[in-house]
Amino acid sequence: MTVVLILPALLPLLPAAAALAAPVRVTQYLTVGSGLAAFTLACALVPHAGRRDLHTGILRADALSAVFVLATAFVYAACAAHSIGYLRHDERARDFPRYARRFYLGFNLFAWSMLCAPLVDGLALLWVAVEVTTVVSALLVAVDNTEGATEAAWKYVLLASAGLGVALLATIFMYYAGSQALGQTYDLAFDPLMKAAAHLPPTAVRLSFVLAVLGFGTKAGLVPVHTWLPDAHAEAPTPVSAMLSGSLLAVSFYAVLRYYQIAATTLGPTFPRTVLLVFGIASLLLAALYLLDQHDIKRLLAYSSVEHMGILAIGVGFGAPIALAGVLLHVLAHAAAKGNAFMGAGALVRAYRTKEIHRLRGAAQVLPWSGPMFLAAILALSALPPFGIFRSEFQIVAGGLDSGQYGPAAVLVVLVTLAFLGLALAATRVVLTPAPASGAGLREPGEPSVWMVVPVVAGLLALLVLGLHPPTDLAHLLMRGATELGDRS
Amino acid sequence: MNALLAAGNAPTTFEGATNTVAVLLLLTEFAMLRASLSRSQVHLYAVQSFLVSVLAVIVAAARDLPELYALAVVSLLLKAGAVPWLINRLLRDARVEIAGSGAIGVASATLLSLALAGFGFFAVGSLDIRSRFLPHAALGLSVSIVLVAFVLMIVRRDVVSQAVGFFSLENGVSLASLVVAAGMPLIIEVAFLFDLLVAVVVFGVLMRVHHHRTASLSTESLTSLQG
Repeated sequence: MTVVLILPALLPLLPAAAALAAPVRVTQYLTVGSGLAAFTLACALVPHAGRRDLHTGILRADALSAVFVLATAFVYAACAAHSIGYLRHDERARDFPRYARRFYLGFNLFAWSMLCAPLVDGLALLWVAVEVTTVVSALLVAVDNTEGATEAAWKYVLLASAGLGVALLATIFMYYAGSQALGQTYDLAFDPLMKAAAHLPPTAVRLSFVLAVLGFGTKAGLVPVHTWLPDAHAEAPTPVSAMLSGSLLAVSFYAVLRYYQIAATTLGPTFPRTVLLVFGIASLLLAALYLLDQHDIKRLLAYSSVEHMGILAIGVGFGAPIALAGVLLHVLAHAAAKGNAFMGAGALVRAYRTKEIHRLRGAAQVLPWSGPMFLAAILALSALPPFGIFRSEFQIVAGGLDSGQYGPAAVLVVLVTLAFLGLALAATRVVLTPAPASGAGLREPGEPSVWMVVPVVAGLLALLVLGLHPPTDLAHLLMRGATELGDRS
Repeated sequence: MNALLAAGNAPTTFEGATNTVAVLLLLTEFAMLRASLSRSQVHLYAVQSFLVSVLAVIVAAARDLPELYALAVVSLLLKAGAVPWLINRLLRDARVEIAGSGAIGVASATLLSLALAGFGFFAVGSLDIRSRFLPHAALGLSVSIVLVAFVLMIVRRDVVSQAVGFFSLENGVSLASLVVAAGMPLIIEVAFLFDLLVAVVVFGVLMRVHHHRTASLSTESLTSLQG
């Protein structure tokens, strides 16, 4: 069974190597193939990880990691297909082969590092993997070489690296804490650390947890250390934005969850939950306000990512088992919905050649598939039934009420509604307001490429499955993940 | 070992040596804050990295941790050799001598850093984190270095100072890891270092892109993305 563990951590290296030498077409199809294979393997991992932990060498998968691998692999496959349609527009440019080589090399390495992060065993390797995601994605943000892209990439690499410097400090303090129980030299692997967690020195663990939330939270987009996020998401090429939002933020949040597991065992759940609750509510509040008045469609989606990371943090902060299962479901549903929303926005930006919301009008006529599906993705993001996020947010709120945290639960509902207002207003205007008669600069109605439609349909189907009837194996996985995150002390 | 821990009031040679090096590390961080030439900032960073390696050798000798000798060598090659060389090459190509001005004056920045360094030192000193390898003061100093590095990254408005700020932040973390995690397996330490090297290369690429685009190393033009 080690195949499902090893292969996802190696597969994307193949198209990455192909990007260096093979023709663009071959690389593109190999990337799609690798994405689909990674997703199939992740699906194969689900029933196993739902029953027991898998372990081989430096790789390890439990239910928690399987959830994040599944989300990442899905976004990887969808974006790989989308990128073919997205880049078709540039194919006639003179330096396209060079651009495509760089793009696919970075794209596949980015996917590889994000698949590795949840699969490696130990906090040290986890930090290394997350740092690799940063450096690769910073180059991808800059790949378009525009003024905005350069600025965004610099802010991103500086802030994220500084955040990861703090996360490294957290790793060091956790190493110190662990060395009190496990001896001077050990490798920070999860299982021994979790077993010893109850006997670790509380001060060091507390310090380490707060530093980890701040450090990895920088990459997960938690307020107030989210400032790189809207810039990077808005300026990166759209397939990269979708990967940043759908999986990178989640993978960084995964790192926070690992520290949470240890801190909750050592310190008892109250302190770590309160920390996450505070960060979560701050993120949700700020994002909801920014969503009300946004002019750039990709920045709109970026702030929606901050909102959803806030919801994840609040869900863990509630701590009830149903809320924790909701958080894990939310990771999956958000990956599908945000991937879809960014891909839809990408189609819009390609068709209208602008990111300004007030100049995007009548998308339902101009893009007969992408327009309505973009609206559906936004509605899914706003937690409307029958999509997956409705189910997950429902569970999180129920968990909040269950654990007696009425105040935060009420705040959550109010702020999510506020965010819904901002998102829904902008999206309905874009899709349903008729295009101005003059239609300056507009092309003929019609989809730019079928490659940009298929992954969005797949994402919509995934959202429906998650919302209406999650498969039994997946439900088991989520329940087991919730148990892993829940009280162990 | 026990004799060293039980030394009580009179510090041993080892404690004196390590504390001195740790204080020197913090002082180079302050020197970076006031350096007005990009080149001297890079040189100061090289000196600071060299001091980290010296400290690693002292700990290796006094505490009998032979792995730390290897770490000291790798760290010296990368952080005092490769990284400054890469940035210096960039500076030569860019033909820019003077680092960007600070958002606040040098005096205010130094006062702010003094306050933060004091805060870091005493806040961490009051925690109950005892090291078996290094004197307690060194941990507080490492947190001070991290905080001053943040000031450097925040107040300076050019890409070289900001990058050097990040690299020296990493030196502060290295000091912390020598204090409380000296027994960490060498392979993990080396993985951290190579990650840093990759980060340096990416910083270098982005600095070059930035320089091509704006013909300067200043970050003052990077204000178009807001809201």
